[in-house]
Amino acid sequence: MDNVLSVEKLTKTYATGFAALKGVDLSIRRGEIFALLGPNGAGKTTLIGIVCGLVRASGGKVTVDGFDIAQDYRSARKKIGLVPQELATNMFETVWNTTVFSRGLFGKKANPAYVEKVLRDLSLWDKKDDNIRALSGGMKRRVLIAKALAHEPEILFLDEPTAGVDVELRRDMWEMVRKLRESGVTIILTTHYIEEAEDMADRIGVIDKGEIILVEEKHALMRRLGQTRVCVSLTRKLDAIPDGLFDLPLTLSPDGKSLSFTQAGEEAERGKDAGLARLLKNLLARGVDFASVQSSQSSLEDIFIDLVGKSR
Amino acid sequence: MNYSAVRAIYLFELARTWRTLFQSIASPVLSTALYFIVFGGAIGPRMQPIDGVPFAAFIVPGLILLAVLTESVSNASFGIYLPRFTGTIYEILSAPVSAFEVLLGFVGAAATKSVLLGLIIFATARLFVSFELVHPFWSFGFLVLISVTFALFGFILGLWADGFEKLQIIPLMVISPLTFLGGTFYSIDMLPPLWRNVALFNPIVYLVDSFRWAFYGIAAVGPAISLALTLTMLVTCIVVVVVIFKTGYRLRT
Repeated sequence: MDNVLSVEKLTKTYATGFAALKGVDLSIRRGEIFALLGPNGAGKTTLIGIVCGLVRASGGKVTVDGFDIAQDYRSARKKIGLVPQELATNMFETVWNTTVFSRGLFGKKANPAYVEKVLRDLSLWDKKDDNIRALSGGMKRRVLIAKALAHEPEILFLDEPTAGVDVELRRDMWEMVRKLRESGVTIILTTHYIEEAEDMADRIGVIDKGEIILVEEKHALMRRLGQTRVCVSLTRKLDAIPDGLFDLPLTLSPDGKSLSFTQAGEEAERGKDAGLARLLKNLLARGVDFASVQSSQSSLEDIFIDLVGKSR
Repeated sequence: MNYSAVRAIYLFELARTWRTLFQSIASPVLSTALYFIVFGGAIGPRMQPIDGVPFAAFIVPGLILLAVLTESVSNASFGIYLPRFTGTIYEILSAPVSAFEVLLGFVGAAATKSVLLGLIIFATARLFVSFELVHPFWSFGFLVLISVTFALFGFILGLWADGFEKLQIIPLMVISPLTFLGGTFYSIDMLPPLWRNVALFNPIVYLVDSFRWAFYGIAAVGPAISLALTLTMLVTCIVVVVVIFKTGYRLRT
């Protein structure tokens, strides 16, 4: 697999003695959308900070497309665009000037047509001559993205890009992320909205207390760790679990009025419907009437809470 | 060398001058003009010439330096402190630029502003007083050298400061008084021997003295020692900046 970013044994201990990263290994594949999840203080921003040059690593090695971030920092950083978590903007500058500045800072020749395209894609074109301080929070976030894209990066870091952003902008932003991925840009994002990672990412990494506790394809992860729960509410009380269904992990509620079972992701994938169908047929054959049938699949969020909870 | 980045930072910083035109240019020019009116116009004619130079003309180099020194320090310190304060420094830290290029952009812009300011005040002074430059080349050379040195000092101050108060305190409480006491309005030879010796510990005395030498060819301590001192200050500032960037002090955690 072609890795565009590789992190080896990365450690960071701050001057206060706090160990933010404890030997992180991570490889990011070219062209993927990678979601880095973790609770507050897990080390997400420190990790991004080191890769982008904001934080000094205490140990370990990071290469961006083969360039070491310490020795070949110019080549490495040219490939990276960073959208930081905080809305840090040059308040008194215009949108156009600040974007052109970013492009120049990264050593790219002026290209007004490209900058125009970036601003148009982010619906910032009609605001190009506005002072940034006059823009709304959501618009400022777009400006930060425009700045990060101004030098045509191959890797885009989005650190909590949708924190405090309205629904419309979040939708636009994910649309843009998809387009960028189609154009070959690798995207690494951290987010608190786990459903976004579930919706967007190709692979998920979970970091907690400075350690990567899991990296996996999203679909494989959901299959492996996801669960399906089925619950059938009965109109009449049952005394025991009906015969012929002992192979299903059924439980009868204490009041005898509902039957439920939980299947792990992989089993559920293979035979969830079969199990549910057999249960319903069996109940019908016995004349046991039921009021409702509920089936729910665990989300990435459940998996995440479970994972992080276990490591505590 | 990432020239494009140096250019971007330099132009960005200069653009800030236009936005704050009053603060950066108009206000120092106005206050200097007031000095010329009061000390040059009103009091000057009652004063005896110093070393053969009329008082109104005598104070010109010192007044130019007073504005240039404070503005160099203020501009450069504000230039680097502002992005630290607003958080926009992230972009410079993540860009493919070396410490030297960042320095060239910020200090270059601040020094450019100071040189322009010095020339504008020079032109303003000519409206009030007539004088001839004895060493025009050296006058300009000292102006550039001093602007760069103090812009570097301001850059260090901007990295060190952790609040706006600290930014203002150095130009206001250190640079300004030292310049006033540094022989702007008098020759240190006019001081009693004890205070003349004390004054020699004030580095600004040498700057004003050498600048005045470049203007009128008169000097209390001589241009060579002043030049050596200015260059020493310049090198010291460069060394401090190099150490700052090497250790990441206040920039990279």
